[in-house]
Amino acid sequence: MAKGKIPPEFLVERDDYKCVRCLACVRLCSYGANYYDENAKRVYTENRKCVGCHFCEAMCPTEAITVMRNPFEIKPLAHWTSEHLIDIMKQAETGGVLLTSMGNDRPYFSYFDRIVLNASQVTNPSIDPLREPMEVRTYLGRKQTKLDLEEDEEGRVLLKTEIAPQLKLEVPVMFSAMSYGSISLNAMLSLAEAAKTVGTYFNTGEGGLPKELKRYGSNMIVQVASGRFGVNVDYLNAGSAVEIKIGQGAKPGIGGHLPGEKVTEAISETRMIPVGTDALSPAPHHDIYSIEDLRQLIYAIKEATRYEKPVGVKIAAVHNVAPIAAGMVRAGADYIVIDGIRGGTGAAPKVTRDHVGIPIEFAIAVVDQRLREEGIRHMASVVVAGGIRNSADVIKAIALGADAVYIGTAALVALGCHLCQRCYLGKCNWGIATQDPKLTKRLNPEIGARRLVNLLRAWEHEIKEILGGMGINAIESLRGNRDMLRGVGLHEYELKLLGIKPAGEAW
Amino acid sequence: MIGVRKILIREEYCMGCKLCEINCVAAQVGTENLIKIFRYVPELPEPKVIVEEHDYITFALQCRNCYDASCLKACMTGAMHRDPRTGAITVNEEKCVGCWMCVMVCPFGVVKRNLKKKKVASKCDLCAERGSPACVEGCPNEALVLIEVRE
Repeated sequence: MAKGKIPPEFLVERDDYKCVRCLACVRLCSYGANYYDENAKRVYTENRKCVGCHFCEAMCPTEAITVMRNPFEIKPLAHWTSEHLIDIMKQAETGGVLLTSMGNDRPYFSYFDRIVLNASQVTNPSIDPLREPMEVRTYLGRKQTKLDLEEDEEGRVLLKTEIAPQLKLEVPVMFSAMSYGSISLNAMLSLAEAAKTVGTYFNTGEGGLPKELKRYGSNMIVQVASGRFGVNVDYLNAGSAVEIKIGQGAKPGIGGHLPGEKVTEAISETRMIPVGTDALSPAPHHDIYSIEDLRQLIYAIKEATRYEKPVGVKIAAVHNVAPIAAGMVRAGADYIVIDGIRGGTGAAPKVTRDHVGIPIEFAIAVVDQRLREEGIRHMASVVVAGGIRNSADVIKAIALGADAVYIGTAALVALGCHLCQRCYLGKCNWGIATQDPKLTKRLNPEIGARRLVNLLRAWEHEIKEILGGMGINAIESLRGNRDMLRGVGLHEYELKLLGIKPAGEAW
Repeated sequence: MIGVRKILIREEYCMGCKLCEINCVAAQVGTENLIKIFRYVPELPEPKVIVEEHDYITFALQCRNCYDASCLKACMTGAMHRDPRTGAITVNEEKCVGCWMCVMVCPFGVVKRNLKKKKVASKCDLCAERGSPACVEGCPNEALVLIEVRE
């Protein structure tokens, strides 16, 4: 039987007139796609090896290289697209699960793109953020139900209630959990330094805490996932908050697997497992089979951290997200994280990444609504993640009911990532999703941190600009303020779930 | 004491792309257009910066412009001299007799021979003409940084 020949995904076109034979592309491609022919004195590319990361294109000093999608497709039909056919061919050949990386790659409807924002006209004044103070600071953590005040002898009013531990965010954007192992130390250092400069938080992910990051404790959230890698009491107390990871938007319901080859000396030290052994994160936490079990773990961690740090719980947005979130808040979570279907990953089965979960826009709206209805919205902050691309998405997420957002993919793109979706191969040319010392040194954390700070500052400016236009001077006044949102081209039931009015309908 | 400009090598960020070598050649030829240089300049000069490689350790090495420079001491004609303006050590080709003592004594091996003219061929002068060194400007990962040291 004939084998289907899988066409190369990309074509690397090289303008031979412009090529100066510097061989940077040959030297730098970690996939070995480019090669130099001594006899012909020309550089060639094996297109089949190219993953489309655009690194050679970016490094070429004369812009001689263009990486493009191969226009050749296997006779594409409406239902049986080229992608589907190639996937079938790959599986017919290997018999395995198709692996992939980064976020969902199916063209699901983007509700963020169908929501428009309000601005002040005549009846209320807009605010110029360059001339008037604009508050984008926010606090994450449990808020008190009521505040008890008392007066001292001199008549001064004092706060009697003890305030629960809070995370102070100068911008409502944090860097989401990416573990040491899935990304390089230089990538983590970039995130940490940027979080420190801007006054927000990065997350260690489930891979433990490399010693180089210990000094960033005041801007760090430490994660406890099902593998419990590197978790001990020092780890729990090293950061500003602890996050229990139940699920991840890219792969709800399944665990993780860091192949043994990637468990180097440094990784083994931080993960506290032997060198060369597979790091397996089980699908569930084997001690959490119910909300009551979750409560036990939350309070075990709170005890271990002497009730000084907020404890959060992260789940993937799934069908029953609202009641689950309510259960998490009642179990004692100080903040909850909801990761939508577009959330990214270092490695996941393609079928899970592309088909499991619900869009984050609905999850934010229903979770916020449910917590309000139960009267427990103040008991936990809501952080959302999964496909936040720009400041408009941040504003829409907050107006739908979030307190802050996590960005992962956007942060990696700022570090150089071109979303080639090959993180699972560990050969990232940009030095991000790799542990190869030859590749990790390509990411200079000074440059990385500078670019991330720029990104956050740019978003901060834009958020202030939009808030000013709405006539609002604090991000806290935007939270859950769905009157600032209107839907365009959405069905009635979608509008109802999102809790917003259609465009054109007045208040 | 004047400030001495130096190129700081950061081995930990050098990815070994060797673009510094290309940019050095371009700076010597005196144009930014690499394609023009490659196509129409018949004899390309040697780069004055060399990327040293061993496994994953790579770094670009050029003249360190030592404070206590052996090449200055070894030069019998005074061809090798310190540029008072930039603090960089420069070779005056008219005075150079090609004894290559500087090549012998350089602890970094960055002074190179010109076999054709029997002179000292390449000696980084921190791009005195250009202002800032081309290798530093062109480094995509800031593995080369220009610093000023007061000694």
